[in-house]
Amino acid sequence: MSADRIFGLVMALVALGYLLSAYQIQTSFLSDPMGPRIFPYLIGGFTLICALILVVRPDANAVWPGLATLLQLAIALAVLLGYASAVRPLGFIIPTAVAAGVLSWQINPKPLPAVLTGVGLSVGLFVLFKMVLGLGLHAFPRDWF
Amino acid sequence: MDLFSNLALGFATAVTPYTLMLAVIGCFIGTIIGALPGLGPSNGVALLIPISFSMGLDAMAALVLLTSVYYGAMYGGRISSILLGIPGDEPAMMTVLDGYPMAKQGRASDALVISGVASFVGAFLATIGLMLLAPVLSRVAYQFGPAEYFALYLLAFCTLGGVGSNNQAKSALAALIGLGIAMVGLDQTTGMERFTFGELHLMDGVDFLVAIVGLFAVSEVFVFIESHGKNSAIGVKLGKVTVPWGALKRTSGAMLRGSGVGFIAGILPGAGASLGSFLAYVLEKGVAKDKSTFGKGDERGVAAPEAGNNAAAGGALIPMLTLGVPGSGTTAVLLALLLTLNITPGPLLFTERADVVWGLIAALLIANVVLLIMNVPMVKIFVKILMVPSYVLLPGVTMIAFVGIFSLTGSGFDMQMMVAFGVLGYVCRKLDIPTVPIILGILLGNAMEDNLRRAMVLSNGDWGYLFQSGISIGLWTAAILGFVAPLFLRGFLKKPALPEANQD
Repeated sequence: MSADRIFGLVMALVALGYLLSAYQIQTSFLSDPMGPRIFPYLIGGFTLICALILVVRPDANAVWPGLATLLQLAIALAVLLGYASAVRPLGFIIPTAVAAGVLSWQINPKPLPAVLTGVGLSVGLFVLFKMVLGLGLHAFPRDWF
Repeated sequence: MDLFSNLALGFATAVTPYTLMLAVIGCFIGTIIGALPGLGPSNGVALLIPISFSMGLDAMAALVLLTSVYYGAMYGGRISSILLGIPGDEPAMMTVLDGYPMAKQGRASDALVISGVASFVGAFLATIGLMLLAPVLSRVAYQFGPAEYFALYLLAFCTLGGVGSNNQAKSALAALIGLGIAMVGLDQTTGMERFTFGELHLMDGVDFLVAIVGLFAVSEVFVFIESHGKNSAIGVKLGKVTVPWGALKRTSGAMLRGSGVGFIAGILPGAGASLGSFLAYVLEKGVAKDKSTFGKGDERGVAAPEAGNNAAAGGALIPMLTLGVPGSGTTAVLLALLLTLNITPGPLLFTERADVVWGLIAALLIANVVLLIMNVPMVKIFVKILMVPSYVLLPGVTMIAFVGIFSLTGSGFDMQMMVAFGVLGYVCRKLDIPTVPIILGILLGNAMEDNLRRAMVLSNGDWGYLFQSGISIGLWTAAILGFVAPLFLRGFLKKPALPEANQD
C-alpha cells in the first residue's frame, strides 16, 4: 500500500474528526449570520475530498529509510521532545548540552567533537542570549542555589 | 516640491551619528538573523523589541534599529537559501529553487552577488514607491471590502497550489491543514472555543512562529539525520567573490519585473513578502522563452524572487502605515512596535506625525545603502558564519530555534508543538506535500474567515454577495484559473513545475 494512500486515509479520518469537533462548537446567541462553525465545516469538507482523491489516485511511492535510520530518527525525536519538557524545570545549560551533544553525535559519530559541541553551544548560546541579549533564561534548576 | 521637503525633514530627523551606528548594527544583526535557517525577520524583530526598550532608545532610534533588522533579514535570507538549500526565512523560499542549484554548480558567488544587487534594486525601488504611492494607494485599498479580501486570500492559495506543486490535491490538502490549524483557539467574533479540547495552551491558537520554525528548522534535523550528511546541503564552497557584470545585465529585466510584482504583492494586505517572491518567480518563469533552466540554476530565478521579496517588504509597509493593516507577519510585529511607541498608524499619521513617517523612509533608504555595501563586498563574513561544520551548525540552529520559541512564548507546550510540526514537515517532505501552503494557511486562516463572516454580515447571509463587485469576480476568476490551468498545461510541460531543492 502506497504512502500516499495511507496518508490520504489518515487525513480522511482526521477530517471526519474535525467535522465532528466543529459540530460541537458552541454558538453564542450574539453570533453573526455565519457563526463559528461554517468555515471549519468548509475546511473539513474540502479536506475530506482532497484526502479521498489522494486515496484513489496516489503518486509513486516514496523511498522510506531503513530500520537503523528509523531508530536514529526516533532517538532524535525523543531528544527534542525531552528537551522541550526539560528546559523549563532544569534550566538552560544542562538540557542544551545534552540535546546538542546527542544531535551532534548523530550527525558525526565521534564522542569528543560531540561533547565539545554540546558544552560549547550550551555555554555560548547562554552567554549570547542571557548576557548579551538579556532573554529570560535560567542557567540551572532554580532550587540549586 | 513637497516630496523633497518631506524627505529633507526625514533625513534631518533620522540622520545622526548615533542612529547611523544603530542602522549599521541593525543591518548586521538582521543579515545574520536572516541568514541563519529558522530565524527570520518576524522572530528577529520580535526578539529585538524588548532589547531596544531596555536600551532606552527613543522612538526614532528604535524605528531605525528595527527597520534595519527587518530589511537586513530580508537581504540575509538569501545567503542560506543559496548556500545551504534551506530558506533562511520564509520569504527566501523561492530563492532556494535556483540559488541552491547554482551554488552546487560552483556559481555560489554569482548567485550571492546577483541576489544581493536584486535585493537592493527591489528594496530601493519599493522605498521610492512607498514615498510616492503611500498616500494615493490607501484609497485603492479602501475599495477592498471583506468579499474582495476573501477572494484575494483564495487567489493566494490557488496560485500557490496550482503552480507550486505537482499535485493539486496535495497542495490543497496542505493549505487546508494550515487553515484547519488556524481555526484552533477562541473564535474572534463570538469568543467560543474551537478545537481546544479543553487544553488551556490552545486557547490563543497555534502561534505561526512555532509552526514556521517547526516545519522548516526542526524538520531539517530529521531530514539531515536520515541522509546522514551524505547529501549534505551544508558545505557548498564559496570561491572568490567577483561581480558578474554580464549576469547582472542579463538579469536586470528580471530584477525590475520582480520589484514591480513584489511591490504590488506587498501592498495587498495579508499577502506580504512570501507571495511577492513567489509571484515574481512565477512571472519570471512565465515570461521566459526557455523555461527548462528554471529550477536548475537559472540566474533569473535568483534575481526575480529576491527583488520581489525585498520590494514586497517595502510595499508591505504601505498598508501597515496608511491603514494599520499589516501585510505580513513581520509588519505585524512592526505594527506592535509602533503602537508601543505610542504611534498609531493610519491615514492621519501622514499629516500629524510626518516626522515619523519621513524619518522612517529616510531610515529605510540608509539601511538599503548600508546593506548593499555589507552584502556584496562583505558577504564572505556572513558566509563564514554559515561555514561552521554541520555537526555544530545543525544542533546550534535547533537550539536557537528552541530558545527563540521559548523566549517568545515561555512554554514547554509550544516547544513540543514545534517538534510536532517538525515531524509533520518531515512527513510532508517525504510525501512531496508542499509545506508553504500550510504556513500560509496558518497565517491567513483567521483573516480569511473573518472577512468571509464580515461579508456575510453585510449581505445578511447571502453567499452571492461574494461575487458582486467587479474586483471580486476578477479575483475569483484568477483564482480558479490559477488552480485549474496547470492541470491541463502539465500535459504539455511533462516536467515537475518546481523541483524540491533539497532532494538531490
